[in-house]
Amino acid sequence: MDCYTANWNPLGDSAFYRKYELYSMDWDLKEELRDCLVAAAPYGGPIALLRNPWRKEKATSIRPVLEIYSASGLPLASLLWKSGPVVSLGWSAEEELLCVQEDGVVLVYGLHGDFRRHFSMGNEVLQNRVLDARIFHTEFGSGLAILTGAHRFTLSANVGDLKLRRMPEVPGLQSAPSCWTTLCQDRVAHILLAVGPDLYLLDHAACSAVTLPGLALGVSSFLQMAVSFTYRHLALFTDTGYIWMGTSSLKEKLCEFNCNIRAPPKQMVWCSRPRSKERAVVVAWERRLMVVGDAPESIQYKQLTIQVLLDRLVLRRLYPLAIQICEYLRLPEVQGVSRILAHWACYKVQQKDVSDEDVARAINQKLGDTPGVSYSDIAARAYGCGRTELAIKLLEYEPRSGEQVPLLLKMKRSKLALSKAIESGDTDLVFTVLLHLKNELNRGDFFMTLRNQPMALSLYRQFCKHQELETLKDLYNQDDNHQELGSFHIRASYAAEERIEGRVAALQTAADAFYKAKNEFAAKATEDQMRLLRLQRRLEDELGGHFVDLSLHDTVTTLILGGHSKRAEQLARDFRIPDKRLWWLKLTALADLEDWEELEKFSKSKKSPIGYLPFVEICMKQHNKYEAKKYASRVGPEQKVKALLLVGDVAQAADVAIEHRNEAELSLVLSHCTGATDGATADKIQRARAQAQKK
Amino acid sequence: MAAHLSYGRVNLNVLREAVRRELREFLDKCAGSKAIVWDEYLTGPFGLIAQYSLLKEHEVEKMFTLKGSRLPAADVKNIIFFVRPRLELMDIIAENVLSEDRRGPTRDFHILFVPRRSLLCEQRLKDLGVLGSFIHREEYSLDLIPFDGDLLSMESEGAFKECYLESDQTSLYHAAKGLMTLQALYGTIPQIFGKGECARQVANMMIRMKREFTGSQNSIFPVFDNLLLLDRNVDLLTPLATQLTYEGLIDEIYGIQNSYVKLPPEKFAPKKQGDGGKDLPTEAKKLQLNSAEELYAEIRDKNFNAVGSVLSKRAKVISAAFEERHNAKTVGEIKQFVSQLPHMQAARGSLANHTSIAELIKDVTTSEDFFDKLTVEQEFMSGVDTDKVNSYIEDCIAQKHPLIKVLRLVCLQSVCNSGLKQKVLDYYKREILQTYGYEHILTLYNLEKAGLLKPQTGGRNNYPTIRKTLRLWMDDVNEQNPTDISYVYSGYAPLSVRLAQLLSRPGWRSIEEVLRILPGPHFEERQPLPTGLQKKRQPGENRVTLIFFLGGVTFAEIAALRFLSQLEDGGTEYVIATTKLMNGSSWIESLMEKPF
Repeated sequence: MDCYTANWNPLGDSAFYRKYELYSMDWDLKEELRDCLVAAAPYGGPIALLRNPWRKEKATSIRPVLEIYSASGLPLASLLWKSGPVVSLGWSAEEELLCVQEDGVVLVYGLHGDFRRHFSMGNEVLQNRVLDARIFHTEFGSGLAILTGAHRFTLSANVGDLKLRRMPEVPGLQSAPSCWTTLCQDRVAHILLAVGPDLYLLDHAACSAVTLPGLALGVSSFLQMAVSFTYRHLALFTDTGYIWMGTSSLKEKLCEFNCNIRAPPKQMVWCSRPRSKERAVVVAWERRLMVVGDAPESIQYKQLTIQVLLDRLVLRRLYPLAIQICEYLRLPEVQGVSRILAHWACYKVQQKDVSDEDVARAINQKLGDTPGVSYSDIAARAYGCGRTELAIKLLEYEPRSGEQVPLLLKMKRSKLALSKAIESGDTDLVFTVLLHLKNELNRGDFFMTLRNQPMALSLYRQFCKHQELETLKDLYNQDDNHQELGSFHIRASYAAEERIEGRVAALQTAADAFYKAKNEFAAKATEDQMRLLRLQRRLEDELGGHFVDLSLHDTVTTLILGGHSKRAEQLARDFRIPDKRLWWLKLTALADLEDWEELEKFSKSKKSPIGYLPFVEICMKQHNKYEAKKYASRVGPEQKVKALLLVGDVAQAADVAIEHRNEAELSLVLSHCTGATDGATADKIQRARAQAQKK
Repeated sequence: MAAHLSYGRVNLNVLREAVRRELREFLDKCAGSKAIVWDEYLTGPFGLIAQYSLLKEHEVEKMFTLKGSRLPAADVKNIIFFVRPRLELMDIIAENVLSEDRRGPTRDFHILFVPRRSLLCEQRLKDLGVLGSFIHREEYSLDLIPFDGDLLSMESEGAFKECYLESDQTSLYHAAKGLMTLQALYGTIPQIFGKGECARQVANMMIRMKREFTGSQNSIFPVFDNLLLLDRNVDLLTPLATQLTYEGLIDEIYGIQNSYVKLPPEKFAPKKQGDGGKDLPTEAKKLQLNSAEELYAEIRDKNFNAVGSVLSKRAKVISAAFEERHNAKTVGEIKQFVSQLPHMQAARGSLANHTSIAELIKDVTTSEDFFDKLTVEQEFMSGVDTDKVNSYIEDCIAQKHPLIKVLRLVCLQSVCNSGLKQKVLDYYKREILQTYGYEHILTLYNLEKAGLLKPQTGGRNNYPTIRKTLRLWMDDVNEQNPTDISYVYSGYAPLSVRLAQLLSRPGWRSIEEVLRILPGPHFEERQPLPTGLQKKRQPGENRVTLIFFLGGVTFAEIAALRFLSQLEDGGTEYVIATTKLMNGSSWIESLMEKPF
């Protein structure tokens, strides 16, 4: 039994460690590993090596070689590095290899050495070069932090959704920090850096100096720092050979240790097993390994989920095995089989020796309408391999236009994209394609395309109405849409022009358009408006005051109110205001002026086309009962009762109603009989009613 | 908190909770303190989903209205813009962000598009150089907002204009998305009926969207039996007529916005003894109107002439209840009385409010002009003298009554005559331009494009056929105890609701001829259900129909549908959805164009 415990070394009271070879690596690398840039993926993922990385002192004739091995050292890929000098390598959580170049460009490779994409860390990085880079993992994905030659940090919390953050400056920082690391607190990435005896914490907004609780005295610089995988714990190694271990919130010290080795360690990492309560830091020098640990406290690690396991299998192209696992575990299709089939399809499109038709057919046969399969993702991959025709064929199987359209645009099949967008009914998608087409085509072709797509055309018109008025005009012109052109120029006559002559000219254009549109009414109305505008201008010059943009009706009213009845009459005649309305107009204006004499004269000028009840009403509105009564007597029999009631002559109203033998009138009068004064009248009506009923 | 949403046959609180959850999730994504910058139009509808307390729980500390130049100072970590996807708003946002950036990079910006993210808008933000400033750019699919236990609205003001004037289907796309959300929560709707061009498009989009989601089988037992999609332009007549239900009249006279109404305060002054009416409140009285208020639920859909008797009956019941206190002798009785007091006091407050509102409305409805206008409307709807110039309209113009009132009447006449004779139409148009100003020529053209105002073509008036076949005019209307939906307009039965009624019984086959006269196609689609989800209706169990008005619906139409739902042998209960709650005036106003 003792062979199991013999090589275990105690660490504290309850923890034991041992050095143990799990398996031997299949590769034949030995000493040269020391000259390589090395990156191992988390969870026993692949290992990447860059041999002969670019060195200043070396001749550039030897090209670096990028090699990828499995965790057990099986070679997966090897390629000659033809791009720029690489500063750092690292794996994303999706097992994509990120190669950070000195110029801030990051090249992304797959597990099999297939180039995926590249992105830049921005201009500032390009100008100042990359001094150092770290890839880190958070719940949002894999992030990248860059230290530039200007000693500034640029950070992206998720390289899958690149948003660059330039961190604030560290005051007085003249040289590179002696060591630094990324921390993740409250779901935000920070940077902790050491400059001499000082520590600084950088977040998006500020740089703050921080201290370690319980740090031993005499430290003049920090040589190494390490943060645990969960970002909970932090360890620092100082120039005094002292190790501080604590929480990464910097609020608590867990333990400290003095190892009496003052040489800077090559590496320092946190080391714990899943579900283990022990925490330890492993420090490595050239020929020495040290484990430093502390008292127990529970830590939970997320295990590799089944999803991640399946991803790993897929990345290694072990499709049948992955599908068998899915079926065994009875995973829902969307999470299981369809996802693996989709990956298989993405691999399939890369087989260049098979024709587009065959690949498309093979994929559709296997995938069919399997839920959760994205044909557009597969098409995107096909396009990525330069197989545009295959991509288009695959997109035909994609039911979601939102997915089809962007890829079609990328492949420069804009017109196809337009019809797909229109089919979807998603107007935003249509707009997007339209703006794309507008930049891509010359104006003539663009208009032609619109002409064949009425829905797109009307949407584009709306866009132009708010954004590009001139284009709107061109569009109407192209379609000979004279009616809309007319409206367009009317709007212009109000919005674009200030001078009367300019406005009249715009209206003239509108009128011409209306004639062309065979809209006689609008044309005539527009010509009338031109006439009115000129006239109003003249009135302003001659009489002062405000006339322009009043309606014809209000212009006449204003003239009467200003005492210019002659001109008012003339205007009414010129524009043929109907008699009835003119009477209403004059009546209202004269009552407003309280010119009772003139009103009476007007009422007698000829027989009123609107009767005399309006005269009674308007006088009462101005509280002039005396004048009102004058007109009440002239009101025709049909409205007589109403008029008499208005002027308050209930008794006479009753007489008229009785005379008319009109039941509605009788009850109307009755409803106006109030209190004792009208008592007699009310009785009279009741008697008349009774009599009427007898008959 | 929103219990009234769960009173109906379909529990709309489920939808409200779903959208609230979505909102909370978004707010939590932006960790730390927040300020929200609001597109002003959204605040009303949002109020129906979440009060300030919910926002506060999620660290929203400040709220601003979106406007140009700089944001007001706020010591918060996140600034979130809640906006509709409109280009002009993007310009303002960019201005805000750029001036904020100059203050120092201390804030995180986020943008929440309601109801949908827009590539077009994001492109604009990119062109303005601010797209990268936003950490989260997301959408909040608040398409259909629950207003009441049986009522959903998108509150999309411009929907009718966009659809019928500008051929812009954006709101139809949102409607289809909203219907997909409803189906995700309440199950696939097995049958879709529709009438009209827009209805057809929405149905097509739904079918297409369903195909896009082939992956996720909807396993929810269907709550709705049918969906009826109706274009507003199938029935242009109804909204033009003055609504005569209690709620309809409140809306016609004071305008109900997002279930709130603002009323003149004088009638609501607290009555104190010995206080000679001084200190009258000057600020408008704001009341929320929904079925959470028991009395309102009872009277809202009644013809206004039937409201008075309910109020006086209710007054007697309440004062009798208060009188009970004299009979309470034992401690137990007094205790019981006291426990009922809050409820009684609330009922008394509610009664006082509605008595005041009823008085306000009565002042209007008993006026001579209201009577004259109603007479003319009813003449038109019953087919009297629709083909010549109407002297009441002439007088309204001559006296410069509000233009919207005139336009409503002229349009009503046009619709009731299948268009006006060219001479009559030109006369009205000329009178309107001369009196109200030439600029309204643009509005008149819009009304013509929408089909509200048009010359009669072919010299044929189809309206009498439609009126007779669909029994749109009922002479023997009973306002107190209605037997037919025509009570909501005191004689006119809303065409839209009649179509729904006939669809439910005996089916549209009986009115094929009229359907062909009305604009747009009519259709039926089935959405197959897996056998496990197929419903076996119990005898006597009512069907539930979701009726969606594309282009707006009036309160009177809603009242008519509720009347049908309540009929004992009706067979169908309705849940109503619409792009906008509206009335004739707000509708005409949305079609008006003012060039200066």
